[in-house]
Formats: sequence, structure tokens, C-alpha cells
Amino acid sequence: MSRSSHLPRIGRRGLLLGLTALAAAGGSRLAVADTRAPAAAGAGDRRLVVILLRGAMDGMHALVPYADPNYATLRGGIALPAPGQEGGVLDLGGRFGLHPALPTFHRLYGEGGLLPIHAIAGAYRTRSHFDAQDLMEGGGLERLDSGWLNRALAPLEAPGRASRAGLVLGLDLPLLMRGPERVGMWTPPRTARPEPDLYARIAEMLHDDPVIGPNVIDGLQGRGYAAEALATGAPLQMEGGFMRLAAAGGRMLAQANGPRVAALEIGGWDTHNAQTERMTPVLTQLDRGMAALRAQLGEAWAQTAVLCITEFGRTAAVNGNGGTDHGTGGAAFLAGGAVAGGRVLADWPGLTRDALFENRDLRPTRDLRAIAKGLLRDHLRLHPDAVAAAFPDSGAVAPETGLLRA
Amino acid sequence: MDTPPLVAAIRFGNGRRLGEPLPDDALAWLDAQTVGAGPPLPWPEGYDTPPTLAVGFAIWMAQEANPPKPGEQSPVNLLFSAEQLAWAGHQLRSDEPFRDRLTSFWLNHFTVSLLSGLGPRVGVGPMLRDAIRPHVGGRFGDMLNAVSHSAAMIYYLDQDASVGPNSTLGKHGRRGMNENLAREILELHTLSPAGGYTQADVTEMARLMTGWGVQRKREPFDVVFTPTSHEPGEKTVLGRRFPEGGEAYAAALSMLATHPATQRHLATKLVRHFVADNPPPAAVAKIEGVLRDTGSDLGAAARALVRLPEAWAPPLTKLRSPQDYVLAIHRAVGGTDAGQFKRGTIILGQQMWNAAQPNGWPDTAAGWSGPEPMMQRIDVAYDFAARSARNDPMLVLESALGPLARAETRSAVQRSGSRRDALTLLFASREMQRR
Repeated sequence: MSRSSHLPRIGRRGLLLGLTALAAAGGSRLAVADTRAPAAAGAGDRRLVVILLRGAMDGMHALVPYADPNYATLRGGIALPAPGQEGGVLDLGGRFGLHPALPTFHRLYGEGGLLPIHAIAGAYRTRSHFDAQDLMEGGGLERLDSGWLNRALAPLEAPGRASRAGLVLGLDLPLLMRGPERVGMWTPPRTARPEPDLYARIAEMLHDDPVIGPNVIDGLQGRGYAAEALATGAPLQMEGGFMRLAAAGGRMLAQANGPRVAALEIGGWDTHNAQTERMTPVLTQLDRGMAALRAQLGEAWAQTAVLCITEFGRTAAVNGNGGTDHGTGGAAFLAGGAVAGGRVLADWPGLTRDALFENRDLRPTRDLRAIAKGLLRDHLRLHPDAVAAAFPDSGAVAPETGLLRA
Repeated sequence: MDTPPLVAAIRFGNGRRLGEPLPDDALAWLDAQTVGAGPPLPWPEGYDTPPTLAVGFAIWMAQEANPPKPGEQSPVNLLFSAEQLAWAGHQLRSDEPFRDRLTSFWLNHFTVSLLSGLGPRVGVGPMLRDAIRPHVGGRFGDMLNAVSHSAAMIYYLDQDASVGPNSTLGKHGRRGMNENLAREILELHTLSPAGGYTQADVTEMARLMTGWGVQRKREPFDVVFTPTSHEPGEKTVLGRRFPEGGEAYAAALSMLATHPATQRHLATKLVRHFVADNPPPAAVAKIEGVLRDTGSDLGAAARALVRLPEAWAPPLTKLRSPQDYVLAIHRAVGGTDAGQFKRGTIILGQQMWNAAQPNGWPDTAAGWSGPEPMMQRIDVAYDFAARSARNDPMLVLESALGPLARAETRSAVQRSGSRRDALTLLFASREMQRR
């Protein structure tokens, strides 16, 4: 497989190191809130996991609208083959398909435990990562100091409980889980290291410094990111942070007195170039993380809903570097034994020029808040006032119905 | 934003603190930090007043009476750790960073290390507060005299074990002479080998210094001169004769402090630290001249340093040492967690007051670069970026680097998919690694 022509930004040095070949997503964090509710409370043993896909996942690359007549043209070199062809997408009923690096997701779909959602976006229309992430996690129309998932914890708390009201795994508490409800933190014992993709960007940025540059190149090689690794097809490093955190989160959520709400995040989605090469390892991490989460949850999987969301989608058309730029509408995934899946939830706007948002992005036809509100109401069984507190100024956005098995 | 004040904060300070106001007049701002003793330094938590040597000795004695159980932090180490955190905490918050840089420079010039027993551990705080800090804008002779009479240095270089062979105690077979401190005073603190002293000078200096030691178990719980261990007779150092007695030590130090070889040595080190790994000879000559004309006035030297054209252009050439680097990234986001700072310096191999040898930490890029050290910097940057991820990376970039940020750095930060990645790239950039 030739990569050299797709990698203007990682650059020659990163390529020499084989960094792109190892660009598995590492930098992952997990936040777990302890919402051990008394037996009488509505939520009972239901678990909610939110996975933040930080960096803007290209929805059309993960959840591929392969049957849309404009898809192949718009996507050019990064279009994925139809189901049944070599490297083709995993079919979801004739219109959409999953990226082939998502076999666990596909299996879940077959069991009715995956609900892919398309053409979805938050309430905002910014294309700034940081603004959009803050708004997605805050849940309001303006920036808020607390996150919607933290505010949703309040009704789940039992009064008088000796509360260490939660747990965060990772080095920083995402805004999603910040707020008035106490959330503890747990950091993996070994200091996390940057994912190879970030190493590559750092090496590229520093390459012309006469002292730092060569030392970083040698240092990366010393740590095994060697040119030979690319040549010999060394296996991708898949014991990355995300799978480890997902497994740990699953273990804790499975406990009878364990937490009931958790948040994880996985980066590496900002694929402005070489998207074909860069998406595969990240999607693989996500897929294996989901498998680990499910395996560790065991029987509790039946009471679990896992929501994967990203700050926005990416441009409908491929750019000049085999990548995509910041866009608007994208994809989300809802998985879990409690989910009424086995179908794709999408009011597909189409990809004709007129159908695109501002002539460039997939037009959003569904609001992320509707999905989240539906989960808070129907899965965690929160009172309407509590749902409103989680998502202020969202009265016009009705909670999505039918997300969960009866 | 004007560049010179920012360059001043980076080159002569410890990096700009997030949102810290920049001075209108960079030179006036720097000059003011070279005058007087400066405000008192904060001291370790849990003490009403700065812990004196006597307090440290009391803790040491109590520890000897009640040794800590295995796995328990010893009281002396707790005091030492608190001293580290106090000095780190000050530098994180400081608005007199040039005074701090000068203080750190002289602390390194007069290295003491926790590696050599409990003495330096209880002595380093008082040495910082009483022997170094008050003199960074004063005369080198005063600093040299104060440091050479400090318990931390006397313990560190074994002066407490030095007994004149013909002294009363010596004649009773009580140990012998130890020339460790005498040698390092000549080699490291003053003349340097270029000063042309001989082994005879070292021996004479050591004889002259006998009697100076520490009385830690009884009054006055301080550095004392004990005539019964002082080597009798006259001594000759660098051809100058010194009479018998305790005062000869200060007199010899005074001579060394204004010796031309000392002035050249200090000028070279100062220019290497603030200007370039290979000190430009003209700049060294300039500072050397100032020291000569002022009787080794360190304030005058500092004010001359900031007026060297070489110190301002081109900016950001010196590789920051690990301590300076970790300090700079903390200040860039307004961080005040001294414990986090300390952990970063330990990972990067430069824990405060832990240098391997009396010549202190390296002051060149070559001393700190290498593949794994550079990778560890990136790991520290990545770790600290996660802890700082509530900051807007572009705001941090504008505050810390402003117009000094290269287009490549700016674009790498802007194009990142997360705050953590963006801050990692900013912290790892050459502009943040250099000053």
C-alpha cells in the first residue's frame, strides 16, 4: 500500500518513522460518575456511557451512505467500496454501511444492539473544535461552566449517601462531567504518552531545530517508532489507552454497587489529510474499545446504553490532501443491550449541491440534544425538570422516542 | 504587544505568566530587580517564621532520637521537601523573575545537594534566604563570604570534618585536614583552573580554613570557629600571607572575590547563562570589565548583562534547562502547583538541589539534549497539557509567545483536534523549549 502521496502534513520525516502506520489513537480519557442509586430509584441498574470522539469524526467515513448517487463523486479517492467488494463497507440494510474497521459495531447491529444515527449535529454551527466541544459538552446554547451529564447526575444521587460521588479515569475532567456533582478521578498508573499521530506532528514541527529536532527523531526511533517498523509491517499498537480505559470502565460499571454513568474520550479524528490511512487505526481502537466494554460489562450490557458523539462532521467532499475539513452534520452511534437498534436513524438530506449545508457540509436534520434527552428521560428515567436542567433552552427540541427496547 | 518586554520576560525571566502585564520599559523593569534585597521569600508551609538553621538542627536531632519507621518520610526530608516547594511556589507566582533567575544562577554556582547527607538538606533553605538571595544585586564578596560560612556548604564539601594536624585536637589524633571545600572555592566558586593556582595554594587554603565547622548539637546551633582545631601559623595563598586565626578565612575570600581570574570566570558563566552556550568574547569582556570596575558588584554586572545587544537578538536561542522549561510551561498557563512542578523536574532529571556534582547543573544545550531526554520533555508536555486543558491554547500562545511564535507553531496549535493536543504542541514547540 502506497502512502507517500497522501501525507503532505505528517511530512517526510513522520513518514520515514512509520508514524502514520502506527497512528492508533491513544490519548483517551475516561470519566465515571458514581450514581449508585437506592433500589427504589427509577434508574435502577441502568448504565449510561458517553464516548466523546474528540477532533470531529468524519461521519460519512464511519457510517457510509454508499447508496447515495453523489457519494462516490464527492468523496473521490477516500470513497469506500460498496458491500461485498474488497475492502467494502459492512452493510446496514441497503443504504448505509459501516467502515470495515468496525466489525464489533456490525455484529451489534445484527443483534439489534446498535443504532447508527446520521446527519446529526449539535445546536451550534461553529467549525471551531474548542468552541464546538464546549457547547456539545455543556449542553446549552451558550458556553456553560458545567456539563450536561454532570447536571443529569443530581437526581440519581441518594440523599445522605456517603458520597464519593463519582470517578474520572484520566488526567483531566472533561467539561461533560464537570459541575456541581462531585466526581472522583482515577489516573492510569503509567503516565500516558502521546499517540503516534501527535508524536508525528510534534516531530514535524520540531524537525528544523538543530538540537531538538534530531534528538526527537532519534528518541522516537529509540522508542520503537522505527522506519523498519513500516517496512516489515509491524503490527499496529492496539493496547492503547482507549481500550484499557474502556475495559476499566466496563469493569467498574458492572459492579453491583459501582458507578452507573461514565464518560470516555478518544482523540485522533481530525483527518485533514491521508484520511484513509488515519481513520482505520482510530476506528479500530473505537471498535475494540466497544468490544472490551461489552465484555467487561457482562450481563449488565443488557441494561447499558453507550452514546458515541463528536463535535461536528466534516466536509462532504474530499479535500486536496486526501482528507476532509471541518464541517457540520455527522454521525453518532448508540449501542448497548438496552438500545432498540438494528436500524439506521436518519432523515437523509442527500448530497446534491443544494442539499448540502452552505454548499459544503452534510446538512444536519437531527439534533444531538434530542438523542441525549431521550436517553435521560427513557433510559435514566429522569423527571422532565431534570432533563430540562441538563439541556437548558431546549424546549423546542423534543426527546427522541423509541431509542430503547421496551 | 511590544516584543522587547516579552523577550525580557523570556530571556531574563522564567517565561511570561498567563496574562501578566508586560512592563512599558523592559530595562527599567529588569534594573529594578537587581537593586536591594527584594521582598522576603515565602518560607515552607507550617512555620510561623522562616525555619532557621537551629530549627533544622532540632528536627535532625529529634529524628536521630526517633528514627522514622521503614516507609515513613523522615522529618528532615519533609522539611527539605517543604523548602523545595516554597522556592518553587515562589517562582511560579513571582513578578520578579529576573531576581529569581539570578538567584537560581547563584544557587547553581554554589551548588549544594541533597545527595550528601542531612546537612545540606537542613541547610539549603537558610542558605538560599540568608546567603544567596540578599546578595544577587550586591557584592560577590559578600555572597561568597556568606555561602562559604553557611552550614549547607560546609557540610556539603566536608569542611566540618577538617581538622588542622597541628591543632590541639589534631595532635590528639582527631581526624585530619579535608581540602574539599578549599579546592572547590578556588576551582568552582572563584578563580577557576584558568586562574593558575597550584596544589600548594589549595593546601594552604585548606589549612587556613581549619577550625570552621558546625555546632549542631549545642549552642549556638550554627556555623562556628573552633580554635582548638585550627592549624596554627601563617598561611600563604596566591602569594599573599594570612595570619593565624578564624578571620583569615573571610580575608582570603575577600581577596578571591575581586581577583581578575574570578571576574573573568564569573563573567563567562553569566554570559553563557543569559546569552549563548558559546559566550561571545566581546560580551564576556564587557561584563568582566564591569566586575573589575565595581569591585565585583553583581547588581552592576546584571544591569550590564541586560544591556548587551547579544542578549536581545536573535531571541530564543538558549535551550531551557528542565527546571526552567517546566517553570515556563506552568507559568504560561498561570499554574501554581509546586508539587506538579517538582514532579516534572524529577522526571526530567533536574530535581531542585540534587545536582550530581559540586559543579552543578549543565548550562548548555548539550548538557540537556539527547533522544530520551527530549522524548521525556514531550511526555511531560503531554501530561501537563492534559492538566491544563481548560485553557484556550491560542490565548496561552498569544500570552506566552505573541509575535515570537513561529508560523509553523501557530498553525500546528490552531489545527489541533483537541485542547490537549494543541497545548502539547505549544509546550513542545522550540519557542517554549528555548529562551
